Amino acid sequence: MQASDIAASGPAAMKPRLEAASPRYGEKITIALLAACAAISVITTTAIVISLLVPSVEFFGDVPIKDFLFGTDWGPTFTPPTFGVLPIVVGTLSITLWSLVFAIPIGIASALYLSEYASRRVRRIVKPVLEVLAGVPTVAFGFFALVFITPQIQKFWPGFLGDEPGIFSALAGGLAIGLLIVPIIATVSEDAMSAVPNGLREGAYALGATKSKVAARVVLPAALSGVVAGIILAASRAIGETMVVLLAAGNTPNLTLNPTEPIQAMTAFIATTATGDIATGSITYKTVFAVAMLLFVMTLLMNVLSIRIVRRYREVYE
Amino acid sequence: MSELTEERFRERAEAPGNDAGDGTSAAAGGSISVQPDEFHHARDIGELEKVFELESLSVSYAGVPAVKEVSMDIYKNEVTALIGPSGCGKSTLIRCLNRMNDLVPTAEVTGRLLYHGEDLYGPKVDPVQVRKLIGMVFQKPNPFPKSIYENVAFGPRILGMKGDMDEIVEKALRGAALWDEVKDRLDSNAFGMSGGQQQRLCIARCIAVEPDVILMDEPCSALDPISTGKIEDLMMELKREFSIVIVTHNMQQAARVSDRTAFLMVELDATEQNRWGRIVEYDATEKIFTNPGDPRTEDYVSGKVG
Repeated sequence: MQASDIAASGPAAMKPRLEAASPRYGEKITIALLAACAAISVITTTAIVISLLVPSVEFFGDVPIKDFLFGTDWGPTFTPPTFGVLPIVVGTLSITLWSLVFAIPIGIASALYLSEYASRRVRRIVKPVLEVLAGVPTVAFGFFALVFITPQIQKFWPGFLGDEPGIFSALAGGLAIGLLIVPIIATVSEDAMSAVPNGLREGAYALGATKSKVAARVVLPAALSGVVAGIILAASRAIGETMVVLLAAGNTPNLTLNPTEPIQAMTAFIATTATGDIATGSITYKTVFAVAMLLFVMTLLMNVLSIRIVRRYREVYE
Repeated sequence: MSELTEERFRERAEAPGNDAGDGTSAAAGGSISVQPDEFHHARDIGELEKVFELESLSVSYAGVPAVKEVSMDIYKNEVTALIGPSGCGKSTLIRCLNRMNDLVPTAEVTGRLLYHGEDLYGPKVDPVQVRKLIGMVFQKPNPFPKSIYENVAFGPRILGMKGDMDEIVEKALRGAALWDEVKDRLDSNAFGMSGGQQQRLCIARCIAVEPDVILMDEPCSALDPISTGKIEDLMMELKREFSIVIVTHNMQQAARVSDRTAFLMVELDATEQNRWGRIVEYDATEKIFTNPGDPRTEDYVSGKVG
């Protein structure tokens, strides 16, 4: 319909125009582009799972899954090879445990300090520094652990704890990764604490609560879901960390929770085994995929578990 | 509502040392008028114990004055209302009384504020200790994201109060006229309650620590008229045990609940850049609303301005 038609036929016959003026191809192209970008990460994840799954399934054709998961002897590159994955799973868990033991209290304490005690000026300086610390290349952390943390541990090792750790130890690796993940826990927790409504703090102060009571009994519980989210993020980072464990904790499969001994983590095994001279289709090749698959399942389970924990314990405020 | 209210009024009339309304106002409780049929007759000042004595108290934020030179006495077991237009410093003033302003780093208080004769801003006074004695209920209900029980038990727990916690919680909830509504769901989250219930929970939380004074900063401004009525009834009960200071922008509320009313107004400086609150008149509520001494008060309470 033409505009002139409306004018000619007068107001009584006027029909408003309701159709779009153009087909608006630009709009459709925009939507398609955005959806394609969003699809990339979904496709990538699916591709990774499939590429892990295929060689893993082949691997379990050669090695019974029971022997893999519960065997305590790990030597897939030896002759004869052994495929009990427990030593390196425990190695990974040990590193993660020690790093969290170190990082959770320090991370939460830093977050409480920044959110509840620090002046605005201090917060403006410290928070970006923490975020930079989280971005330091991990190989630098690994080297730092090797040349600084390990010698300090050896120097100040209290004799009553037994033999001092050697050049590689789960403790040194755990401490270095702990340093690496403190900023993650601190910044994510601090965001959650700052989001706690001021009215809750005032309500507690008005009852005669001290600052520390307000922080520990009101702010921390109200921010708990955010704090747990930060811890999970940090734990996933610790489980997946490679360079630091390789440099600080060694590369020796060792079924132990003793932090003074060297260990091999799953990531370290993958990084040192999956090199260029590995024969495609060999059992060693397939082992790498099986370990990677297991690592993937472990982090997935942890994420699912964490979501349930957060749902169960969080305090909802409006 | 009127039956319940009437009973309360009778109780109040019979209570020793309390000569509030005689019940006739409650019987006519249905009528909506600007002024209550019967004011609480403020007693003669001579026979009253002073809780607070303010002597030219001024508050500023980062050097900018918010309230200037307030002088007034606040009496025990009375409801004292602070009224006035927005920005006249009512909230600032009430937050001085339990040193909540200390939490604002730039706040500065000058002048004198005596609490039972002691300087509340004296060098040895601990604001945490002050707030144990002088509780506060806020404009927006702010229950903790915990169960109803834990909300009430919070104060007694952090203060290490002795006694059976179940009893303390029940007593406080009864005191806030909330027990019958929540006794079967003490473990459910406080956010599941209505706004009015949440505010009464905040009052219960406050009285659980057995304060001496309750400060209320526009406690009903976020509530509907029925919830507001319940809280007003509650205040009549509470003043037998506590002294209450209430900030309200609702003049009818001040007229209904308070014994004494202070009217504050905004003042501008010559450049009209800076504004602060100043007290215009402070007297028995009945006088403020029926025969104010200052024409500005009369304009405000009669609704001509503000």
